[in-house]
Amino acid sequence: MKSYSYFPGCSCSEGSGIAYDISTREIARSLNIELLEIEGWNCCGTTPYESLEEFESTCLAARNLGLAAQRNLDVVTPCSACYLTLNKVDQRLTQHPWLEAKVNRVLEGEGLNYHGGQIRVRHLVDILLDKDTLEVLRSKIKRKLTGLKVAPYYGCMLVRPGFGFENPRRPVSLHRLIEAVDAEPVSFALQASCCGGAFIISEPDVALNLIRRILASVKETDAQCIVTPCPLCQTNLDAYQGAVNTKFGTEFNIPVLFVSQLIGFAMGKGFGGLAMEKGIVSPMELLRSYSPKRKPGLYPALYFYLRNFYSYAKKLSRD
Amino acid sequence: MSAADFIREVSHLPGGEAIAECIQCGTCSASCPNVGLMEYSPRKIIAMARAGMRERVLQSNSMWYCVSCQLCSLRCPKDVKPSEIMHVLESLSIKYGLDSKRTRNPAMYKAFVDSIKNYGRIYELGFMIKFCLKTNPFALFGLMSVGIDLFLSGRLALTPSKAGDTGQKVRALLQRAHAVKEA
Repeated sequence: MKSYSYFPGCSCSEGSGIAYDISTREIARSLNIELLEIEGWNCCGTTPYESLEEFESTCLAARNLGLAAQRNLDVVTPCSACYLTLNKVDQRLTQHPWLEAKVNRVLEGEGLNYHGGQIRVRHLVDILLDKDTLEVLRSKIKRKLTGLKVAPYYGCMLVRPGFGFENPRRPVSLHRLIEAVDAEPVSFALQASCCGGAFIISEPDVALNLIRRILASVKETDAQCIVTPCPLCQTNLDAYQGAVNTKFGTEFNIPVLFVSQLIGFAMGKGFGGLAMEKGIVSPMELLRSYSPKRKPGLYPALYFYLRNFYSYAKKLSRD
Repeated sequence: MSAADFIREVSHLPGGEAIAECIQCGTCSASCPNVGLMEYSPRKIIAMARAGMRERVLQSNSMWYCVSCQLCSLRCPKDVKPSEIMHVLESLSIKYGLDSKRTRNPAMYKAFVDSIKNYGRIYELGFMIKFCLKTNPFALFGLMSVGIDLFLSGRLALTPSKAGDTGQKVRALLQRAHAVKEA
């Protein structure tokens, strides 16, 4: 059993990426990984805070590192944005002793302390690729996904600027994980391009166009679904796929899974345990063809009936 | 304020250290997905900053269109980290109250940060509503359809996160940070 401090981040913990957190915890248990959530963690600050108040945002991220340092375990986060921010702040504290001293004066007030490089911040994809974890994963595969064509969408912040485990110019980590579960990775041109991130709120036209480009690039291949390691990318590609179709008159209908969901599915986990029902472009139809049929219970059936009715009504009103 | 003063100000902030190393090759501008929306391309804004055109740089919308995709920072042959310089310029333009009105991103960032200051974590629904009310309340209708989709699939928290006293602790931390910064 390997133990890590776990930093879920805001959007995974109860926001739009909650399925990522649920499925990550679900697979970790079976892969002999113990995830100990950092108690009282706060938002890492990410791009917006850094853009407004540089020093405050550094302190905010450093507080999480200070909390994690109390347990002295490496930090694991499933969120690419948190991964980038926490690593960047760690790097800056190492690079600038004056900044480290100043930040520690702020952290002291809460009895915390952190030195640059004291602990490592790793991404979920990184720890899944550890040699022994990969072996455990291979031994636990229950569903045969042979022939399932998966487009690995890396996004930006997992690969760039790069904190050690991935080649930032030619990323391979998702390809390797998809191969590990016997599915087939399908490379596409824009696999590490930007999805627009939070611009979907402030400048939706800009972001929708970036999303359209990525979906069109996937469509050029014969991939059946997209897999991503980032909650922002998943929300943009999945929840806004309908908006892209309305705006550009396209007909994209491609499910977007979290990397943890695909792995859990291959390990034979149930749909509910992996929060598969939270996909807006439902992956159910695709996944059922790889899974023996079972009669759904009454409430899930009612739920799906209502949701299908809603999307049908919405489609009618759009036409 | 002379040109040298402005470069010094930028290069003394974490992230802006290497601005003097830029060789104006334009790789950053060629890599940028949003260069078409910027008043001045990343290459140009670095040149202008080094020429001491402080007001025009800080008032422009260029850095606010940076999505932090890091492609420029990866490809830059001199390791200037243009995306980090963009963040430095953003924080300086806020500091002097010069942030551009020709993009909604500063308003979005402010609503985002308010959410952190209040709760210690992001309250997605609250921050989106706040941002729309401050800029264009009609944009809420545009977000409604996606909002309902997210709500029906259980991905939209209606109330802010209940994370014990995290909000309080973060507010105290930020107060201390402010005091240390000013000291």
